[in-house]
Amino acid sequence: MEHQQLSSAEISFAPVHRDDTVRRIWKTTIILSVITLIELALGFGLAKDFFGESHGWILFIKGVICILSLAKAVYIVSIFMHLGDEIRNLIMTIVVPLLLFVWFIAAFLWDGDSWRSLRKTYNKGNPAKHEQVAPKPASEGTLK
Amino acid sequence: MAQAAIPQEHKWWSGGKSPFNVSYGKLMMWYFLMSDTFTFGAFLISYGTIRFSQEYWPNPNHVFNSFPFAGHEANLPLAFVSLMTFILIISSVTMVLAVHAGHNMDKKGVQKYMLLTILGGLAFLGCQAWEWTHLLTGAHHVLIDGQIQELNTTVSHNPWGPQVMHNGELVGTPGPVAFGGYFFGITGFHGFHVFSGVVINIIMYIMTTRDVFHNRGHYEMIEKAGLYWHFVDLVWVFVFLCFYLI
Repeated sequence: MEHQQLSSAEISFAPVHRDDTVRRIWKTTIILSVITLIELALGFGLAKDFFGESHGWILFIKGVICILSLAKAVYIVSIFMHLGDEIRNLIMTIVVPLLLFVWFIAAFLWDGDSWRSLRKTYNKGNPAKHEQVAPKPASEGTLK
Repeated sequence: MAQAAIPQEHKWWSGGKSPFNVSYGKLMMWYFLMSDTFTFGAFLISYGTIRFSQEYWPNPNHVFNSFPFAGHEANLPLAFVSLMTFILIISSVTMVLAVHAGHNMDKKGVQKYMLLTILGGLAFLGCQAWEWTHLLTGAHHVLIDGQIQELNTTVSHNPWGPQVMHNGELVGTPGPVAFGGYFFGITGFHGFHVFSGVVINIIMYIMTTRDVFHNRGHYEMIEKAGLYWHFVDLVWVFVFLCFYLI
């Protein structure tokens, strides 16, 4: 089969084209499907209270699901989007700024949690639905 | 990850060459997608903050447990969203096959796989339309101010609050309003990305059919459209995670 030309005169050399590209695509598809099925199985376990009432255990399962999702993201970006085949400097200009998410996620979930404990401390019982008005003092009429 | 081998003594920064060995358009597509990652990230993190701040949050397995034609009594948590997830994964695969066909200047292959990708995108949008309609129109009995009322899920109503005993029966109460706002806001923003991706793919299909890329000598536009389409799939991985799985 004929091969495509370089898309721009500024490109120094053609990107690597492997002979096994199609095989690699199907392999990645199977990996992504299997990870999704594992996630669904764990999610179904959570739905059916399979992991019991223990808060720590449920949190651990949710953490595993998060890590599996990150693995899916790496496969999609590296194989399907071919970022893994680009040169290292390009990969770094994409990946390094994403490190901001480490702070972003940690700080804001922490903030949400602190908000909840403030609610617990200062908002005991049901919040008042309507504006609270102090009852009229009984002696009001006698002062005139 | 095998990176391209760089010839020795190659002067990247002396001008006239792309230091990253990609065309301007493709590089800018990457940077656009990175900025879009932060937009979606900010939305999802704000959802997480509000969810963490609440004493009670609706269990997704109680909210999303229906399936088309399965009747109102069906309790199938995760079933419909798994279908949507697999539709998007498969359309991502057909997209990467279209890009591969483009590398080999195989016009017929590009057309075939682009068409399949467009169909996958439309199927996903159809599923999302059904899911939204189901939530927006499905009324549920909830206890408000001591009375049973019907409530649907919108950006200002949430019937999925904690259950209480009322006249010897378990009834729901209104839940945090933010639930509907975040769900419709974020899945809507993602759905809009899918929609624009489908439009871009249709344009790419028409341009392929009219031999624009063939005459140009390369199918790089298919690669750029592909990057966008894979990103849409990538975002769904996290929307799926945050709204349905955990």
